Amino acid sequence: MTQFLEVDHLGMTFNGAEGELQALQDVSFILAEQEFLSVLGPSGSGKSTLLRLLAGLIKPTAGSFQFGCLPNVQPRISLVFQQANLMPWRTVLQNILLPLELQGVERGKALERANAMIQLVGLEEFAQAWPSELSGGMAQRVAIARAFIAEPDLLLLDEPFGSLDALTRERMGAELLKIWQSQRTAVIMVTHSISEALLLSDRVMVFSPRPASIVVEMKVDLPRPRQEETRYDPQFQQYAKRLRQSIK
Amino acid sequence: MIKQPVSESKSSGKRHKTLEKLARYNGWLVIVSILLVLAVWALGVLWGKPPAFLLPSPQAVWDKFTSTLADGSLLRHASVTFYEVLAGLFFGSLLATCLGYFLAKSSALEKLLSPYLVASQAIPLVAIAPLLIIWFGPGISSKILICALIVFFPVLVNTIIGFRGVPDNLRDLMVSMRATRWQKLHLLEIPAALPILFGGLRIGATLSVIGAVVGEFVGSDKGLGFLINVGRGQFDTALVFVAIFTLIFMALSLYGLAMLAEKRSTRWKSAHH
Ligand SMILES: Nc1ncnc2c1ncn2[C@@H]1O[C@H](COP(=O)(O)OP(=O)(O)O)[C@@H](O)[C@H]1O
Ligand SMILES: [Mg+2]
Repeated sequence: MTQFLEVDHLGMTFNGAEGELQALQDVSFILAEQEFLSVLGPSGSGKSTLLRLLAGLIKPTAGSFQFGCLPNVQPRISLVFQQANLMPWRTVLQNILLPLELQGVERGKALERANAMIQLVGLEEFAQAWPSELSGGMAQRVAIARAFIAEPDLLLLDEPFGSLDALTRERMGAELLKIWQSQRTAVIMVTHSISEALLLSDRVMVFSPRPASIVVEMKVDLPRPRQEETRYDPQFQQYAKRLRQSIK
Repeated sequence: MIKQPVSESKSSGKRHKTLEKLARYNGWLVIVSILLVLAVWALGVLWGKPPAFLLPSPQAVWDKFTSTLADGSLLRHASVTFYEVLAGLFFGSLLATCLGYFLAKSSALEKLLSPYLVASQAIPLVAIAPLLIIWFGPGISSKILICALIVFFPVLVNTIIGFRGVPDNLRDLMVSMRATRWQKLHLLEIPAALPILFGGLRIGATLSVIGAVVGEFVGSDKGLGFLINVGRGQFDTALVFVAIFTLIFMALSLYGLAMLAEKRSTRWKSAHH
């Protein structure tokens, strides 16, 4: 497997009003091309900070990271947050078109791709709806469609289903898996759900409480395509137990 | 420092809704109430017989209206005032929007300038209007300046609030997608701030009318403010009424236009399941 991203002794210290706050300490890992990596850890440990660093929203105070295979070329990165973060003044279709508008994709082509994407997430009937008319699950589907339509090299998911109820959450996880299998891209997903991490990922990392460093790094050797039944696999249960014990 | 968008009063939101409802469902009620006021006015004049320079009858005002309309003087004066109002509104809000954008971006700049901006609001414009007319002459340009000055502050405040209110998450989203400065401005910042910007424009529109009249009062030979002065001087109170009603009509039309724009820019807010 080719290496896509190398994170090297990454550290982040915030200089806030109440003095310094170290959020990340000495985080190193390698992400392979098309790999799906999940990050688990207590809240406030610095998981979002890692994603914000990788997305270029903030600059690290220590260490560095490098996108291996593309020297000098900035990789395309899509972010999905816990909240869908749709633009309320744009319809569903217009929200999904946004990344293509930014990339300057020609209108006809963009529409074609957006319509295909809307079908993939099952929102054909809502193409012209305003975000305020959507349920939480539907809004998050739009956010995922918007992330995938950009054809990102790296997809960063920050507790993407954290605000959804348990059932919707499971369904969305399955849908994400389906889309990811059709458009392979490297993914780093922050989640609080051990089973979500195990169902989706090639590898799982567990962060310590703040300042976050990696306490467990575990390869998930479960055959793909994984389904709901995979949850009852004894191997799955073993992984889950190990992760549960490592999260403080 | 500047935290609240400018609006007419604290309860204006509520009052707005009530007014809107009234206008929508009970359009006839408004007409009835206007007719009622006219009737009371007419009867009062009929029975009380006040001298015409105190309170002319509705009929006298209407006659004055048609005669000034027929000889073209009303339109001539109204269009001068309208021009001043529009030009002042345009330049005042253009400047305020540009400055407001930068103040919203840089809190250092805001801290630096806001003492002056706030202090400038303590100067009553009516008091310095004579000065402005001395400096810039009795023509149209001094009126435009007064309108622009009176419009400036509320539009500035709303611009700052509007651009500050752009959600951080959406900013992050745009940055992570490598949006250019221009893309961030016209795809995120302007649409997000637009409703509040239009709100500022709506208040600015009515203020601009006040500014024009104040300027014309102080010194001019045309405009509706001048017409009021003339009417007062000649004890032609009907003429004063005609000018006042024209001003009300002008202010309400501009207010309504700005409100329409505001509504159009937020039509996604009124969407329901
Ligand atoms: N911009 C910031 N300034 C100061 N402190 C921050 C900032 N962003 C995050 N933090 C702090 O860093 C720590 C880790 O935050 P975060 O990465 O959001 O945690 P997680 O996503 O794991 O819950 C928290 O204590 C948070 O308060
Ligand atoms: Mg977080």
